[in-house]
Amino acid sequence: MPHDHHDHDHLSPSGHPYRADQDTGLSYWQTMEIAVRELLIDKGVLTADQIARQITAMDERTPANGAAVVARYWTDPEFAAALLQDGRQAVSAMGFDLGPMHLIALPNTPDVHNMVVCTLCSCYPRNLLGLPPDWYKSRAYRARTVREPRKVLAEFGVTLPTTTHVRVHDSTADMRYIVLPNRPTGTMGWDVDQLAALVTRDSMIGTGLPKSVA
Amino acid sequence: MGGTLAGPVPGDDHDFALWEKRVDALMVLCSGKGLFTVDGLRRVLEDMGPEAFASRTYYERWIAAICQNLIEAGAFTTAELAERMSDIEARGQTYADAASR
Repeated sequence: MPHDHHDHDHLSPSGHPYRADQDTGLSYWQTMEIAVRELLIDKGVLTADQIARQITAMDERTPANGAAVVARYWTDPEFAAALLQDGRQAVSAMGFDLGPMHLIALPNTPDVHNMVVCTLCSCYPRNLLGLPPDWYKSRAYRARTVREPRKVLAEFGVTLPTTTHVRVHDSTADMRYIVLPNRPTGTMGWDVDQLAALVTRDSMIGTGLPKSVA
Repeated sequence: MGGTLAGPVPGDDHDFALWEKRVDALMVLCSGKGLFTVDGLRRVLEDMGPEAFASRTYYERWIAAICQNLIEAGAFTTAELAERMSDIEARGQTYADAASR
């Protein structure tokens, strides 16, 4: 994997830090991946080009998509109503195609904090946020988020007042959630691009809050 | 799994290796072609049992589940798979060597 040491923020195109090279020894599962891929290509089921294009398309989906949705939700009341009514339709009009999946937008309020998990596996709004981070798919996050969400939040550095209700939403294969965080104070009059820059990936999963304004 | 006890949430947060991205692409493309469904993927993952979740990584479980579904769909046979995997192992010691033919 190309690794640019002069990269300013050390993030890959998918928004994650680069992982260490894995070219030390071929694993059984890697061998299986190569075999499955080659057999599908040789039998004319897929082409190498289709696979490469799918990887590029996935790399291009980043949390910036979701951040644009949130910023518009904060600034455009008509869009906000549409988003809450039918999430898939509303984001599709912004060019983010979720296919057949339902999208439920979960608005935080001063009294309610929403958090998303997939206890089954890894369902995640990947078209809006890119591939899910490892921790989202980890046994620990999936097991504990529905049992002790406040402790999990604390590990992410988020401590909420005891008066705030924490609502945990468990995803399914047919339906995705995105959290709509509270608009940071001190952002009156900001445009959507300025606002989008405050929206972090974790704030849309519910394990974080937007950046605050100094 | 939901609701069971577990340790701290791991802090790992990295880009994916090429082979993992390819596994992801195979899932999206094969399910898009109707060769199997996400429920088919889930069935094999559930059948693996808790041990597989402790000992294998996410995309290791996925490629096993994709492979099983494709065999069931008749995309290739177990014999073809075994022969191809053995050919690939003979190409070299690293992923880069083994993946080039």
